[in-house]
Amino acid sequence: MPEALLNNLYIFVLAMFTGFEVITKVPPLLHTPLMSGSNAISGISVVGAIIIVAAATQTALPGIWGGNTLILVLGVIAVAMGMINVAGGFLVTDRMLEMFKKKPESE
Amino acid sequence: MDFFTLANLSYLVSAALFIFGLKRLQSPATARSGNFMAAVGMAIAIIVTLLETNFANWQMILVGGIIGALVGSISARAVQMTNMPQMVGIFNGFGGGASALIAISEFLRYLGNPGIAMPADSGVSIILGTLIGAVTFSGSMIAFAKLQNWMTGAPITWPLQKTLNSTLLLSVLALGAYVVFFDMNPTVFLVLLGLALVLGVTSVIPIGGADMPVVISLLNSYSGLAAAAAGFVVNNNVLIISGSLVGASGLILTNIMCVGMNRSLANVLFGAVGTADVVAGSVGAGDAAGTVRDVSAEEAGMILAYAKSVIFVPGYGMAVAQAQHAVRELADVLKSRGVDVKYAVHPVAGRMPGHMNVLLGKRTSLTMNSTPWRTSTTRSQPRPLRSSSARTTW
Repeated sequence: MPEALLNNLYIFVLAMFTGFEVITKVPPLLHTPLMSGSNAISGISVVGAIIIVAAATQTALPGIWGGNTLILVLGVIAVAMGMINVAGGFLVTDRMLEMFKKKPESE
Repeated sequence: MDFFTLANLSYLVSAALFIFGLKRLQSPATARSGNFMAAVGMAIAIIVTLLETNFANWQMILVGGIIGALVGSISARAVQMTNMPQMVGIFNGFGGGASALIAISEFLRYLGNPGIAMPADSGVSIILGTLIGAVTFSGSMIAFAKLQNWMTGAPITWPLQKTLNSTLLLSVLALGAYVVFFDMNPTVFLVLLGLALVLGVTSVIPIGGADMPVVISLLNSYSGLAAAAAGFVVNNNVLIISGSLVGASGLILTNIMCVGMNRSLANVLFGAVGTADVVAGSVGAGDAAGTVRDVSAEEAGMILAYAKSVIFVPGYGMAVAQAQHAVRELADVLKSRGVDVKYAVHPVAGRMPGHMNVLLGKRTSLTMNSTPWRTSTTRSQPRPLRSSSARTTW
């Protein structure tokens, strides 16, 4: 098994355990913000999308699949999608949590 | 220290911020700062990635990034609090879509460079990333359409549903194995992608009504796993860590929601609501077998006037009608007459776990004083509402 894959597997499994441990004690009150916040974190795929777009210059694709252009187009769409997830996710979570702070009479 | 090391150390800081941020989301007092910390972690990860790739193709990344940021922030600002669940759902779908596109692009890169053989481990990551990402994407779109009332929110069922879904899943895996180990055939890969998208639709469409929150939560977990798979594809630690964090936390949350409804995850996924009452009865809490009685406003007034103890069970309807202030006033009047007033907020009332609390957040006092079923003194059995009765309040 390649060393890189082995390292990745270690990280994956240990981070899964961390995820389980971090979450177990959240009160129901905060379940929705938590779901929304962790959803924003899953927008981290934007980082992968940036790597794909950046790497597209170094590969010359021949033939029927439109060459590099297709990868670039898909990559840019991925960046946009990931960014929607990140920006929207964190803002929506913040809006929810903001409501908890308000005093009862302020409307 | 070379830049590669520096970049990876920064990724480590990002990952730590994500974990701290999630940790701080456990308490209302620290939750907002926790969300902010996670956002800072995300900003660090993005900036470091741009630096690490030497801003190659930065114009295109900028265009994609700005479009995404604008769409995301505008819709996040504009959405009404009651429509929050489908918003989270569709954001989630985009995250999964991005992960799928990463895997697809990487496949195309190998396809276009016949000189480089695709290693089996990269191949497996690519297939899994495509599968999970595509299922998350199409499943989330269906969930959004259901919650937005673009299509019926009720479960849509047909015979041999489970058989179809398992066949789809097995076909995708079989095609994936073929692509990785035998022949990198683009047509086979396209069929695989198509089947994965169909699988997302067919696994979400039979679930409806009150079970939608569980689906959104599960899809959230999937989108995390998709991001982790994308991390394996591009060999990036921060993607793997954050992805698996979200994957694990999403699973836990999904489980908490199922427990809140007295159902198992398998039952939610395969026993479409409406046919599931049978199951609900089998999990204890048999004391909620009463019937719902409608009363007119006058009748309700009379009943309340003579009541010694009143429990409010707010549901989604109250939130949609913006009736929380009226409820509060009613409670104040009752209290002034010496009535013992309590609130019972079901853990998964609304359309997501804790959704009711978010909606009631404006009324901090009401939310904070509310008595969840679990600690209610008025019930001998510390069980949440049965799913069948819970559904009537949503």
